[in-house]
Amino acid sequence: MVLNNIEKLLEKYENGETSLKEEQVLKNYFSGDNVAPHLEHYKPMFVYFLGNQQEQFTKDLPLKTKNRFNYKWLSVAAVAVIMLGVYFSVPVIDDNCNDLGTYCEPEQALDEVSKQLAMISGHFNKGASTVSYLDEVNKGTSALGYLNEIENSTSIIFKTNQ
Amino acid sequence: MTQNEFLNIVMPFKDKVFRLAKRLLVSTEEAEDATQEVLLKLWRNKSKIGEYKNVEAFSMTMTKNFCFDKLKSKQAQNLKIVHSNYEEKSTPLQKQVELNDSVSWVERIIEELPEQQRIIIQLRDIEEYDFDEIAKMLDMNNTAVRVNLSRARKTIRERLTNTHNYGIK
Repeated sequence: MVLNNIEKLLEKYENGETSLKEEQVLKNYFSGDNVAPHLEHYKPMFVYFLGNQQEQFTKDLPLKTKNRFNYKWLSVAAVAVIMLGVYFSVPVIDDNCNDLGTYCEPEQALDEVSKQLAMISGHFNKGASTVSYLDEVNKGTSALGYLNEIENSTSIIFKTNQ
Repeated sequence: MTQNEFLNIVMPFKDKVFRLAKRLLVSTEEAEDATQEVLLKLWRNKSKIGEYKNVEAFSMTMTKNFCFDKLKSKQAQNLKIVHSNYEEKSTPLQKQVELNDSVSWVERIIEELPEQQRIIIQLRDIEEYDFDEIAKMLDMNNTAVRVNLSRARKTIRERLTNTHNYGIK
């Protein structure tokens, strides 16, 4: 009866129609000792299947969490450096009288301004005086008036021809 | 996801991945490398693990693809070596001793099956997956899986019967 059942299962098995449970039955039967002689040749197959299930992967896995360099922090650092640079390079403007370029006392400032203006006007006058040499040019042109004398004399010469 | 959480997900099926890789690549060392590679790939993409419906099935598919790639590149690289292996007619003593053991016959026979059938035998008869699961892993339909499985089983049985009856392969 059992044998009959096994033979039927084997046929189904070869057609790929057995369920996992039925296959388990077959595996159990063939891994036992009392296998019918005419089915003996199936035995190594099922024994192999069962034996192969035991094989295990024994190599260990090198699971490393890679600490990847974070570029976000690089930009943060860069911004900090730039900010520091800007802070230290721009002179701090405050009301201290020690600073260059400004006067604290109004009178001193007035003195200084008038001195500067006097200097400017002095230089300006020097420039204007050189312009007076233009009178010499006028003198030169008046000298050209003597050319009229030449014309007079030539007119006298040509008169005789008339 | 911490290492422990990841290992808890991976532990149940890492042996299955290894056995499938070994079925395809034959050599234990190669299979170990392949398994490691597949698991590390999963680890690198651990942020996406939640999105996979079935991590186990996904890993098996990944393993299958990885091994196929391996086989392809190996063939391309070592074509000559493979050839000279085939030309060797006399079986080494070690092999002969092994072959006397009828269980390792089965391994030899399975090795000679087409890759697709090998995978299906592995997934069904050794790892005992559902037909639906196998179909999903291999991107095939249910009937095709059954047909291939049936062919593979018949081939194994025929060759085993021959060996059994005549003591030859």
